[in-house]
Amino acid sequence: MSEGGKDKGKLAIYWAASCGGCEISILAINEKILDVAGAFDIVFCPCIMDTKARDIEKMPDQAIDVCLFNGSIRTSEQEYMARLLRRKSKVLVAFGSCAGEGCIPGLANLTNREEIFDACYRENPSTENPDRAVPVPDTRVNGFHLTLPVFYDTVRTLGQTVEVDYYLPGCPPEAPRIWEALVAILEGKLPPRGSVIGAQTTVCDECPRTREEKKIKAFKRTWEVIPDEGKCLLEQGLLCCGPATRAGCGALCPQVNSPCIGCYGPNAGVEDFGCRMMTALASVIDSKDPDEIERIIQQGIPDPVGTFYRFSLARSLLRRAALIPDAQRHELPLPKASEGRST
Amino acid sequence: MAGKHVTIDPITRLEGHGKIDIFLDDHGDVVDAFLQIPELRGFERFCVGRPAEDMPNLTSRICGVCPEAHHMASAKALDALFHADPPPTARKLRELFYCIFFATDHTTHFYALGGPDFVMGPDAPKEERNILGVIRKVGMDIAGKVLKMRADGHGLIKMIGGRAVHPNWALPGGVSRGITEEQRQEIERLGRDAVEFGRFSLQLFQQIVLGNKEYVKLITSDAFTHRTYNMGTVDAANRVNFYDGMIRITGPDGREHARYHPREYREYIAEHVEPWSYLKFPFLKKVGWRGFVDGEDSGLYKATPLSRLNAADGMATPLAQKEYDRMYEALGGKPVHHTLATHWARLIELLYAAERWVELATDPEITGKDYRVLPTQTPDEGVGSVEAPRGTLTHHYWTDERGILTRVNLIVGTTNNYAPINLSVKSAAQALIRKGTVVTEGLLNKVEMAFRAYDPCFGCATHYLPGRMPLTIVIRSQDGRAIRRIRRDADGTALETFQ
Repeated sequence: MSEGGKDKGKLAIYWAASCGGCEISILAINEKILDVAGAFDIVFCPCIMDTKARDIEKMPDQAIDVCLFNGSIRTSEQEYMARLLRRKSKVLVAFGSCAGEGCIPGLANLTNREEIFDACYRENPSTENPDRAVPVPDTRVNGFHLTLPVFYDTVRTLGQTVEVDYYLPGCPPEAPRIWEALVAILEGKLPPRGSVIGAQTTVCDECPRTREEKKIKAFKRTWEVIPDEGKCLLEQGLLCCGPATRAGCGALCPQVNSPCIGCYGPNAGVEDFGCRMMTALASVIDSKDPDEIERIIQQGIPDPVGTFYRFSLARSLLRRAALIPDAQRHELPLPKASEGRST
Repeated sequence: MAGKHVTIDPITRLEGHGKIDIFLDDHGDVVDAFLQIPELRGFERFCVGRPAEDMPNLTSRICGVCPEAHHMASAKALDALFHADPPPTARKLRELFYCIFFATDHTTHFYALGGPDFVMGPDAPKEERNILGVIRKVGMDIAGKVLKMRADGHGLIKMIGGRAVHPNWALPGGVSRGITEEQRQEIERLGRDAVEFGRFSLQLFQQIVLGNKEYVKLITSDAFTHRTYNMGTVDAANRVNFYDGMIRITGPDGREHARYHPREYREYIAEHVEPWSYLKFPFLKKVGWRGFVDGEDSGLYKATPLSRLNAADGMATPLAQKEYDRMYEALGGKPVHHTLATHWARLIELLYAAERWVELATDPEITGKDYRVLPTQTPDEGVGSVEAPRGTLTHHYWTDERGILTRVNLIVGTTNNYAPINLSVKSAAQALIRKGTVVTEGLLNKVEMAFRAYDPCFGCATHYLPGRMPLTIVIRSQDGRAIRRIRRDADGTALETFQ
């Protein structure tokens, strides 16, 4: 794929701890994928071609023009790849919710490696494991050596691992937004480094439902109410994340009568999704009595962390105070950092 | 032990990448082969503490390629947990959505991933053995049909479930929104196209594959045959069903080993842990874990399209039933243990999914307004199960009385087949590496074909252009030095370098 493309930009697409949905969404740009192939040489993309990390290692620093990196950093191998691709790329894009804010797998930061191993291997209800074996980085089988990457205690975002140039939000980013971002990159019409490439409005601004004055006496869980299909879901007591969530999807979930779950991350100018969402909810609670407010919250929001930080826990203000670089603890050989890039 | 160590890395994803390690003895013969899964995310732990109703949205993030399967298994677990039985319209809408997903997913696999080996032939020039080669051979007309089938499916999934990736639609007791008569007509129209597409695909398979004795020989060869147990979901008449039913397991001889409600899965299934992989190895509890061997005394089982057909007595739709009979007649009766026949079974399932899609789209209840009931009982515990394209998928949740999760257990599609895939990889390696002689192109192709038949989810991403499984095989001396490297470029060219 790299032949005859001396004048074209070099594009890399990589996945770390992710589900594959980002790749599906990239392919959903359909026939425009040919325009991408016309503009870029794809030099690295494990899902479609046989280029290996060692080939990337051999490249000069900053040889890749744009790297779209999806997935969070959960293992030593993923950290290695993040550092390597940072060093080799001029522009590194945290692609999708996992890379940008940790996404749903980032909820694992409410627990740790040992608890996860207990749940999956040692005390799992369908696992027979009398020796309480767990996967380990080095094993000997029949005299041969098998290795696995180290599973970290903490999920980190790409931006907590290396310096990120741009963020493309969404779980996954919607295909038209991917295309817009690629066009912006091709035309060099990019916002300042470190920015999110996305809308400045919220999901509420895209939502066709009618809004009146929001005043709520009780929050409802989705299984407790069949909402009216035309009216604002938050006004009906459902914890719709529309007010705190960046626009970009076209309010898809509210259109099938389901509340927004916040997959597009905090709206423009907001650092912490949960803080924004809590502020939005506080303003609609129809009470001035602290006891009643307490009751409304206790009854209607039984899992505040999982509700307000469903997609953004790893990146949020609630993140673990001490983010010990796992690589240091595990003596991982890291690629030499280029100047001013790695963090 | 002297000898060499062959590494194939990466073979792409399940939850991340996969890696194959092949060990040779000092004669250069294969001692063992291991398919390692080097990643874990820990859903079973971090979902604890979350509201149960979030699970269809949380667990769809296990896999962005088949989120519909997790969304649906999760919703069914919630039906049980909240004691909320969905009304008939809701059940039918879910099954309709699910059949559309199945037909779409199977199309992708057959034409882009598994198909090129067959359509082009395993010994066709390597640069032809990909989706582009398929298009050249069968013509743009057919390529257009494939693309239409996929685009139609994805469009309908978004129309019904709200989103093309990660739907937000199913709830305990039903779904969040029904369909209009106008939508129903569109679904029916595209469903009829899908039936024609399914028939056409089977004709193509029979014409190209079965018309060639070499293919039939390959399908039935020892290297691709494993006599294991088979698992699948069946309806009351023991016919294949993807959305609901009883789990049926048949033995290597075809006799029924078990037939149980999905909620009883722990009486029949257990999982084994090996320290060299993050993925566990399910096995039949009553037979027991005997390691990586097949046969009656080993608890290994497969849960694939072929397994579902083996474990059932037939198909519930007329055209698919005809094709079912035709396959078993051609391959010498039930059960069939030839891994490569999984591709044939997958096309029969595609046709069934399309026929069932039309049946449901023309059901008078499908546009009903009664698509949801609200739970009234205290939530406690629930199991939900569907057939994912890659195997039986089980979600099991426990909650407190507020519906907050206290425990979660998940056995996902591909996991069922993890041990058999290891067996298949080892057999292929043994057949192709003898006395240290590595058959370059043969090893690449046939090791690939061995696990590609399962459509393992770590192969998901390779569904796309150029449709090749990217591979590098490194042969190392015992001190770890790479002495020979075989790789294939994106266009299918194999390159070999000595170092």
